[in-house]
Amino acid sequence: MKRVLVSVVLLIFILSILTVPFASSKNVIKIGVDLELSGAVAQYGQKELDGIKLAIDEINKKGGINGKKIELVVMDNKSDKTEAQNVAYKLAVRQNVLAILGPATSGATKSASMAATKYKVPLISPSATDDSVTIDERTNRVKSYVFRTCFNDSFQGNVMANFAIKTLKAKKAAIIYDATSDYSKGLLKNFKAVFEKSGGKVIAEEAFGKGEQDFSSILTKIRDKKPDVIFAPVYYDEAGLIIKQARELGIKVPILGGDGFDDPKVVEKAGKENANNVFFSAHYSSQDTDKKVQNFIKKYKTKYNQEPNAFAALGYDLGYFIADALKRANLKFDSVTKDRERLKIAIENTKNFVGVTGVININKMHNAEKSAVIIELKDGIQMFKQKLNP
Amino acid sequence: MSTLIQQLINGITLGSIYALISLGYTMVYGIIKLINFAHGDIFMVGAYIAFLSVTYLKLGLIPSLLISMIFCSVLGILIEKLAYKPLRNSPRIAALITAIGVSLLLENLMQIIMGADSRVFPRLVAEKNYHLFQGRIVVNNKQIYLLVITVLLMIILNFIVKKTKIGKAMRAVSQDMDAARLMGINVDTTISYTFAIGSALAAAAGVLVGLYYNTINPLMGVLPGLKAFIAAVFGGIGIIPGAMLGGFSLGIIETLVSGYGSSMYKDAVAFALLILILIIKPSGLLGKNIKEKV
Repeated sequence: MKRVLVSVVLLIFILSILTVPFASSKNVIKIGVDLELSGAVAQYGQKELDGIKLAIDEINKKGGINGKKIELVVMDNKSDKTEAQNVAYKLAVRQNVLAILGPATSGATKSASMAATKYKVPLISPSATDDSVTIDERTNRVKSYVFRTCFNDSFQGNVMANFAIKTLKAKKAAIIYDATSDYSKGLLKNFKAVFEKSGGKVIAEEAFGKGEQDFSSILTKIRDKKPDVIFAPVYYDEAGLIIKQARELGIKVPILGGDGFDDPKVVEKAGKENANNVFFSAHYSSQDTDKKVQNFIKKYKTKYNQEPNAFAALGYDLGYFIADALKRANLKFDSVTKDRERLKIAIENTKNFVGVTGVININKMHNAEKSAVIIELKDGIQMFKQKLNP
Repeated sequence: MSTLIQQLINGITLGSIYALISLGYTMVYGIIKLINFAHGDIFMVGAYIAFLSVTYLKLGLIPSLLISMIFCSVLGILIEKLAYKPLRNSPRIAALITAIGVSLLLENLMQIIMGADSRVFPRLVAEKNYHLFQGRIVVNNKQIYLLVITVLLMIILNFIVKKTKIGKAMRAVSQDMDAARLMGINVDTTISYTFAIGSALAAAAGVLVGLYYNTINPLMGVLPGLKAFIAAVFGGIGIIPGAMLGGFSLGIIETLVSGYGSSMYKDAVAFALLILILIIKPSGLLGKNIKEKV
């Protein structure tokens, strides 16, 4: 008797799980969002979500994809690698989404990509720049279901090393990096390789651990070695503190960084008078006079009442990017698995997609080939410095 | 030479933070033999209270510091009454686990109320750098504030413990709770005072850290809390000068490790130090060996 009861309950349970997603997937296209909405790098995720929402709202208002509206299933991965994978799993299996947008950071994307590969769901990160995000490190093959719409760290490290050598005429560089971050280590490797190949010398490589606030002892050490530039491939929380503490110790040399510097919190933490002589590579600049960029800024300001940063722009592009792929994917809504496959092929074939952050071509490595800009901080204000093409 | 002096200055700054937090640790341990793991989180709450009073009430440094200290002393008393008092006669492990629970409660509560991302602490004092010896040594006015306020609070604390009636009661309770009760000392009130003073010191440390690094987040108390615990054990847990000595030594040792070795080792060295002191002299640097009476 008991066994029968248990099996009936189990059967009902299984059926309810199976029927729920199918019932709702008839009239809408479900797209999952796996982003850092709280935790250490919450700024990136929140801004990207703002961008994605703005784009999807516009698309839905214009009639959606072939009459079907896009529905976002948003989940927070708490800036945590393990949680990012759990969220990706939930989105793929429980919510039966067609694709997953996010996560924002490299480490989280790498662990979420395991779930994406396993359940064959296309996953597109708007801002994970680490080289190995789209490549399986063990087999050196491209992960079939993982994509990104931003440039990668080889390109970014290259750009910053060349900038240090050619524009700043630097010969000796000191590096401060977060030894617990994939992003930081990846960027360090690429910067160092290019900088040393071009005749420069890395005179100090200082690691710190997650959540570090006190950089004064590292910076004192670096100050004695008299570098021409300091390269700090870190996220905004540390970036602001490093700039502030370096300037307070009397270090005046240029401080370089990657796209992790692109957040107003860097200047807030460093202080306006300290945020000088700071250069970083970014995905876009709000000072770009391009009509598409200015148009986006206007729309974003009307909706959120604040200036968009690069992450908002990346999110916005990702919204249109997925819509573009969905339109071309020739979805049949017969089964989620087959539609995911169709969508994946459509994403792979994306060519000359014009976004706010540049023209995106998806290459064989599932990376976006697009340009980068270099931004300078002058008294805390972002100045557009150079635009560099791949 | 100038590098060493600069590193020592960095170390003393870090050390004064540890010292302030570990004073509260050591007081609570001295009185009721409880390792209050929630102490580091009271430090965090203190920073947030000051943040709120600065941003919303537009108050200056000293008023916000006082508000935060008062709020946290009330919080400390409340925590003691609600979480630790009912367990006072239970095995010590029960109180220890409760302390960890309170710690997690405070961390997560703050994440719900204020959000999990870090916030920029407003600048309350104009920053000034003093360059000595042709700019080879830099001292920041906030470092001086940090040291002066720490030393000042320690002197006040020492005065309270040594010279006042409540201090006398504290010392009596720490020696023998039952005997103190028989002598007419109100043990509950004394313990409440201890928590109030300890939490107020932690709050002060939180505000000063917010001011110095201008960054606060709901998990900022975890590591300094652990470090302050190490500092307290290092100097001799339950001994107030020991907490100061432990705090400053730990701060200086950590800075020297990251200044001459690698920043990645400094936490490892701190914990290695804890293990070493427990093996060599478990009562701490200033601790006396007390013989168990048979």
